[in-house]
Amino acid sequence: MRQPPTPFFETLQQRFGAQIQSIFAEREEEIYILAADPDIRALVDCLRKEFKARLVTVFAEDRRSVEGVFFNYYVLEAKGDPRYLLVRAPIHPDNPAFPSLSAELPAVNWQEREIQDWFGLKAVGHPNPRRVALHDNWPDIHPLRKDFPLETVLSPFEGERHIYRPALGEGVFQVPVGPVHAGIIEPGHFNFAVAGEPILYLQLRMFYTHKGTEKLFERLPIPKAVFLAESISGDSSFSHGTAFCQAIERAAQMEVPLRALIMRTILLELERVCNHVTDIGAIATDVGFVVANAHASRLKEMMVTLNEQLTGNRLLRGMVCVGGVRRGWDAAQLVSLRDEIDTFTSEFEDLVALVESSESTRDRLEQTGVLRPEKAKDLGIVGVAGRASGMDLDVRRDHPYAAYGRYSFRVPVYQVGDVSHRMQVRIDEVNESLRILRMAADESLHGKFCAEGPPIPPDRCALSAVEGWRGEILHWIRTGPNNHLERCKIKDPSLNNWPALVEAVQGNIIADFPVINKSFNLSYSGTDR
Amino acid sequence: MFKIIQKTIAAGIVTTNYPDKPAQLSEHFRGRPSFAFEKWTDARPAAEVCPTGAISLCDEGDSRRVTVDYGLCVFCGLCAEASANQAVRISQEFELASAHRCNLILTAEYSLSTDGTHRELRGVHQRLADHEPDTERVGQRAREKIQKVLNRSLAIREVDAGSCNGCELEIVALNNPVYDLERFGIQFVASPRHADLLLVTGPVTRNMELALVKTYQAMPEPRLVVAVGACGISGGIFGKNYASLGGVGNVVPVDVYIPGCPPRPQALLHGILLAVGRLGERLYGDGKRAAAHRNFAKK
Repeated sequence: MRQPPTPFFETLQQRFGAQIQSIFAEREEEIYILAADPDIRALVDCLRKEFKARLVTVFAEDRRSVEGVFFNYYVLEAKGDPRYLLVRAPIHPDNPAFPSLSAELPAVNWQEREIQDWFGLKAVGHPNPRRVALHDNWPDIHPLRKDFPLETVLSPFEGERHIYRPALGEGVFQVPVGPVHAGIIEPGHFNFAVAGEPILYLQLRMFYTHKGTEKLFERLPIPKAVFLAESISGDSSFSHGTAFCQAIERAAQMEVPLRALIMRTILLELERVCNHVTDIGAIATDVGFVVANAHASRLKEMMVTLNEQLTGNRLLRGMVCVGGVRRGWDAAQLVSLRDEIDTFTSEFEDLVALVESSESTRDRLEQTGVLRPEKAKDLGIVGVAGRASGMDLDVRRDHPYAAYGRYSFRVPVYQVGDVSHRMQVRIDEVNESLRILRMAADESLHGKFCAEGPPIPPDRCALSAVEGWRGEILHWIRTGPNNHLERCKIKDPSLNNWPALVEAVQGNIIADFPVINKSFNLSYSGTDR
Repeated sequence: MFKIIQKTIAAGIVTTNYPDKPAQLSEHFRGRPSFAFEKWTDARPAAEVCPTGAISLCDEGDSRRVTVDYGLCVFCGLCAEASANQAVRISQEFELASAHRCNLILTAEYSLSTDGTHRELRGVHQRLADHEPDTERVGQRAREKIQKVLNRSLAIREVDAGSCNGCELEIVALNNPVYDLERFGIQFVASPRHADLLLVTGPVTRNMELALVKTYQAMPEPRLVVAVGACGISGGIFGKNYASLGGVGNVVPVDVYIPGCPPRPQALLHGILLAVGRLGERLYGDGKRAAAHRNFAKK
């Protein structure tokens, strides 16, 4: 679908003249602005200031063999506008560099460095251009370039040689933690600079679980790649799976039946409820209120049992597919869905009352790990953590997908940004999810649950967004011949949100770090891919 | 305080009686795909759709060898949907843990018709020998071992060597009131120096290899290693690539493999108990694996 550009874009084209090659709508809600050279600073600045757009993500693509260049894509969205804008900038292989936006927009700090590591394109003017996605002593390779074979065997890893910024001063110590942590969690390295108990500065080192996921997407046939999408971040299997399938469906112009859209909505909300209730329990544990966690994990178990009843898998895997979902639900399954939602609703009320009744818990959570709204805005924080710090964003409302357009729900937003409010956002969202679930479960689920699509055409691009329980998940794909992909970019909300943790822990005591970290509960695997 | 006690009493005891009684499963749960080899007229559609290559074919002239690897299987059920005659059925079996990687692999030999379908089943090689359906006994034996050898407690150190976090969710669930791992005297510990058993999820990434080896080396002997999930066993859907070394066994010696994607908590429990049952062999044994652990320590 190619629509004529709206007046705004005409103005844009006039102002930037030859700098903009063309503007077109790939589909109604996905507009591409093709820039003529890599320097898009003025353009992005104009979009941000005059269009009030937010820079969502930055990623690159190797198109040397077809179009002779690399492309950088800058994805933007404006408040109240369901369209995504994608600014595409060509980067010539003879001068593999692009101007960095990180100094002004710290939100893309890691994402630009990822492009440096994976594509060998230099982010000129980056305030901290060190490696991020490939650790310091990796050989000089750029795995997402098309001429780098996926199966390349590298020399054995000799350990991380990253030099952390020193923290100097009387009585200042550095406490290194990880990558193997004390609990059962994912690997990452934290380097705390402390003066006594308070944390002065936290340095993060991620990408320990980098397993070549984006490159692997270019290898697998699309139906199999759905399973890879489900393995990007284990607790968001269904969200990532849906984001991926939606992207393919958009590229292939496939009409997904309503029944499947409603079922997806139900499963997406179940995933949210499951994870939020687990986090509420985990936050309580980290301040020593283990009874609340016992109840929360019992409730979670109730929900994963329901997940299994509905999809055959406790993490909702193997259910979503390109075109819809793989199975319909029979009457018994629908009955247990409704029953469990009712039981859960009353149990959840009890749990919240229990957590709120404990003053010592409240005392530990309030004013702990504060992320101020100004900082959240600067850093481009999304999802639960963003909404607790004034970022009024929710893909379900802003860019409706699945069947979300059919239901009204509230998006909780607070300005305080402490652990307590990140928990409050979760509590409110569970209640809203339960309302959505009740409305969706009462719909009549008839008809086809999966569209029979035509073969997927090559060389189509599509962007897809899903509000996972953690926040905004983005998948961008370019299809290739024979049911394969040329490129699949994955942006997990964790990638945006790690810098928020660095900000939130400052001035807090090291003993509060676990609960602050838990209140963000970011995915390492989703970040590292 | 009163509210807390009231809630606790109202909730009652929720702990399952697995493994003393069979696990309560939803009828929709997808467990091990089981194969009626004699009814299977064509393995190609199943091999074609399998996302991880757990079903693979090797055709030579007019014969075909079909290999099924539960160590790669993600239990998606596509093979059953793709095969005619109900030759592949999704069962509810989940107690698949095994001490030998090869025991997770089945092979079947067929002669072929000209159109590539199976003419005749020539033979099936199925080991799955230490795959003990009698979990009650596994549980009993493990309890005795924990009693005798470990002074009534087994300490587990968990290492995520690169997983998607799915396995971790189920491992954490072992600590919830429903599965309550502590009723066996088994607990998760913060340091490898306190641990008897290393529970590893994978695939092992290039960036985590050294951390995994160091954690392993920090454990006192006799140490057990359990590889969890399709990725931990074989690399799963990620396999081996520039950033992934594949299964845990490529990096440290493994005593027990637990298939699943992720393995449900009962399957993990079964695998851990199976590993504990093998502790005697690790302590006094002279087998290949005991040697592998010993030699690794010397490296």
